[in-house]
Order: sequence, then structure tokens, then C-alpha cells
Amino acid sequence: MIRVRSFDTDVLVVGGGPAGLAAAYSAAQGGRRVLLVDENPTLGGQIWRGEWMAPRSLEAASWFDRVRRARVSLLTGVRIVAEVAEKTLLGESQDATYEFRYKTMILATGARERFLPFPGWTLPNVMGAGGLQALVKMGLPIRGKRVVVAGTGPLLLAVAAYLHAQGAKVLTIAEQASRSQVLSLARTLLRFPSKAWQAVLLRGQLWRIPYDLECWPISAYGEGSVQGVLLRQGSRTREIPCDYVACGFHLVPNVELALLLGCELRDGYVRVNEFQETSRADVFCAGEPVGLGGVDLALVEGQIAGYAATGRLDAARALFGRRAHWRRFASRLNRAFALRPELKSLPDARTIICRCEDVPFERLRGYSSWKEAKLQTRCGMGPCQGRICGPAVEFLFGWTVESHRPPIFPARVESLMWSPSLEQGGHP
Amino acid sequence: MSEIVSLKINGMPITVPSGTTVLVALLMNGIVGIRRSVTGERRGPLCGIGVCFECRVTINDQPHCRSCQILCQNGMDVRTE
Repeated sequence: MIRVRSFDTDVLVVGGGPAGLAAAYSAAQGGRRVLLVDENPTLGGQIWRGEWMAPRSLEAASWFDRVRRARVSLLTGVRIVAEVAEKTLLGESQDATYEFRYKTMILATGARERFLPFPGWTLPNVMGAGGLQALVKMGLPIRGKRVVVAGTGPLLLAVAAYLHAQGAKVLTIAEQASRSQVLSLARTLLRFPSKAWQAVLLRGQLWRIPYDLECWPISAYGEGSVQGVLLRQGSRTREIPCDYVACGFHLVPNVELALLLGCELRDGYVRVNEFQETSRADVFCAGEPVGLGGVDLALVEGQIAGYAATGRLDAARALFGRRAHWRRFASRLNRAFALRPELKSLPDARTIICRCEDVPFERLRGYSSWKEAKLQTRCGMGPCQGRICGPAVEFLFGWTVESHRPPIFPARVESLMWSPSLEQGGHP
Repeated sequence: MSEIVSLKINGMPITVPSGTTVLVALLMNGIVGIRRSVTGERRGPLCGIGVCFECRVTINDQPHCRSCQILCQNGMDVRTE
């Protein structure tokens, strides 16, 4: 028997990170019914993961508090899998199916890490930088463990500082970006004082940990789980024994739900107007899916989306200046951590590219498109639906990876069999 | 504040603080290869946030549960491949 729980709301917010929380709070200020749905066990997104009951920053605490006091209904552990009718979405939790009817929707689906395959990256205990941080936030003991943090992006520094504070021995931070790019970013920070201060604090927390620029992992080794990693820096190769390799190459936006709803993308991001409205009427979008920008930009965009989605355009307009400020910062940041072409030669012939279907690099050479490669090799056809290998092959082969069909996550057959017309007493 | 939750991993009784995800419970009990890939490789978690499906396990006879997104509950029966 299928248990279907139905919800009717004025504003449906999907995603409970900073953008979604700010959007839900702002939308509720106009007196509308707001429902916030998130797939994680608790709210806060990735940056505030595990902090809902115990915030680690004043900013998180103040937003959690605002949302708790606003008239916002909260639902966690539920992911959206399909659109079943006009303005009706299907969701799933561990043990139930949900139907959400809404008038206006705000997408705040965040981002995930980009992973680039290298020999040994499929060994247990080689994981994302944010990935390892997420596990430690959820209780994984890390004290005394030797960790190499590698890849690219500002997340590496934040993760290293967090793991160090939790007692890990962070051996090195290998950042692939060039020295000149990182120095130029450091000069830019002077125009963003709060960010400059954060950088100073991070530097202080990390002062004994090497930050190796123009350095990247070329392979990981071990029996049963990782025992060490080889790092390349210029013409030099170093072997570092370790317990964990925490490796991510900046972020990719989660645009699957936006694509499912037919929202237009531009350069891989959801296209929005000045009020954060997508090409689809009544669907707004805020945070990483419209452009990687971090927590400050996500909070401003979320507020603009929340106000605009409830017709409070003046309140939304008042935030345009702050949004422009953080967008300038974001574009500098993303430029600094652009991927170097040498990383395209990291995989060898037998390196697994698609971890769901175990498709090695050598089987993917020679195809001209993602679609052709999928049909011939099953690359991207497993349960993650190309979320991990898609961004990798986009970089490695230059393929365009932009298609999604329902369900956007593996779903139970009984959920998919259910339709609103059946519920309303129609004949099956 | 921190209550204790009792569950079974591959038949072995364990206890963890409440709020611990199933994945973290597995890792804390020495299971780092969570599943076998289609060609038989041992795999551990990659993304930690419910995207990669590398940490999937069987919980109370329901297969393909992403252990990183599910909190441990009393009486849970968790099985790895």
C-alpha cells in the first residue's frame, strides 16, 4: 500500500541551505504559506551541515532562528523526484511518497563537488574534500588521522581548517591553481574586507600546514583502502603516506530539478532575471545553481527570490546592490580556480570514469558526444545518473552534459505508479 | 542530550550516539568498503552528501539506501554487500 502525503502551499522552497533558508524566511514575511523541503537529515545545506541544533557561527544561528520564528513549514529527508502534474511535484523519503502542490516555487538546490578521475581515486578513503568534511560533521572521528587535502577552490582551505580543528593531521593542501592567479585573488580581497578578514583567520588556523600551489594528485595507492598519494608539482613528484585523501575540484551546480522543470540554462547555470525568476513563470532560483558564489551571495539571492516570489518587488530591489557586490567577488574567485588543462591527462587507460557502471577511460575515447558514449558504454547510466562522471567527462572530453529525464533520482516503482488523478477517485 | 541508539550492522549489534548517520556508524566500525562495484571492487563514500550512491546499503530489507543521508534508529538492520 502506498502512503502518499499531500501538501498544498503558496510557496514551495526546494533546498534548505543558506539560499533556501533566506528565501523561505523572506517569502513568509508577506504572510504566505511557505513550505521548505530538503533531502538531508537536517537543514543548513552543506556549509551549515549538522548545525541546525548547534550552530557554529553567528550567521547560521541568526538565520536558523529567523526561519524557526517565521511561519515556515519544514520537511527534511525528502527529495523531489518528478513533476506529476501542473505545479505538482512528487517527493520521496525513506518510507513515504509525497505530493507537493504549489503556486510559486523557489529552487535552492545548491552545488556538489566536481571530481576528476585519477588512478586510485576509487579506493575507499579517497573522497571529496567537502565529502570528508561532511562525514566528520556527522560524527566520523578524525583525530590523529593523516589527511592530504587536494584539488582546487576555496573549499580546500575551509576543509583543511575544519579538519585541523577537529584534531586531524593535515599534511598538505595541494592546490592546482597557478601562483599568479591566487596572488591576484589575494589582491582582490582588499576590496572585500569581510572576505579578507576570513582569509587572515584561515591563514592563522593553517599557519603550519603547507599550501602547495600548482600541485595536484596524480595517483593514490593502497590495499583495501588508501595508504598514500603521489603529488605532482612542476617536474617533482612526491609520495605522501596518509589515511585519507580529501580531493575535490571546486563545485558544480545542482541543476537537475531546474532542467526537469524546463528552466533554461546559460553556460551550465540556471538563467534568471533580476528578480531571480527563471524562464519558467512562477519558478525562481537562488544560490549556486544560478552561479557559484558561496554563502554571502546565496543569502542575498535567496532573499531577493523570496521577496520577488511574493510580489514584494521593492524589498527585492533594495538588495540588488549587495548582490552585485558579491557577484563581483564570485567571478574573481571562479576565475582564480579555473582548471588547468594538464588535469585532462590524469586518468590512465584503466582509470574508472563512471563509478556506477565501472566504465574505464579507454572505453570512452573515440566517442563524439555524451549521448553516444552513454548508449555504447553505459557511462552515466547508473544510480547517480551522471552527477559524478558528467562534470568529469565535460572537462576531459569537452562533451555537453545537459539532459535529464524523470525521475531525477532513482525512485520506488510504487511512487512512480501513483498519480494525482488516481488519488482524486478517477478510474485507474 | 546525546542519547544512544542500538542497531545491527551485518548482524553485529552496535551502539552509536543519536544523530549519527548509518554511513558514519559503518565507518566507525571498521567497514570502509561499503559496497561492491559492478566489477567487484570495494568502494567507500565519495561525496558524503547523497549524490554519488557509493555508500548504498540495505536497511531493514530495503536495498539501495544511501547510508550518508539516513540517521541511525533503534532496531535498524543494516547490511552491506
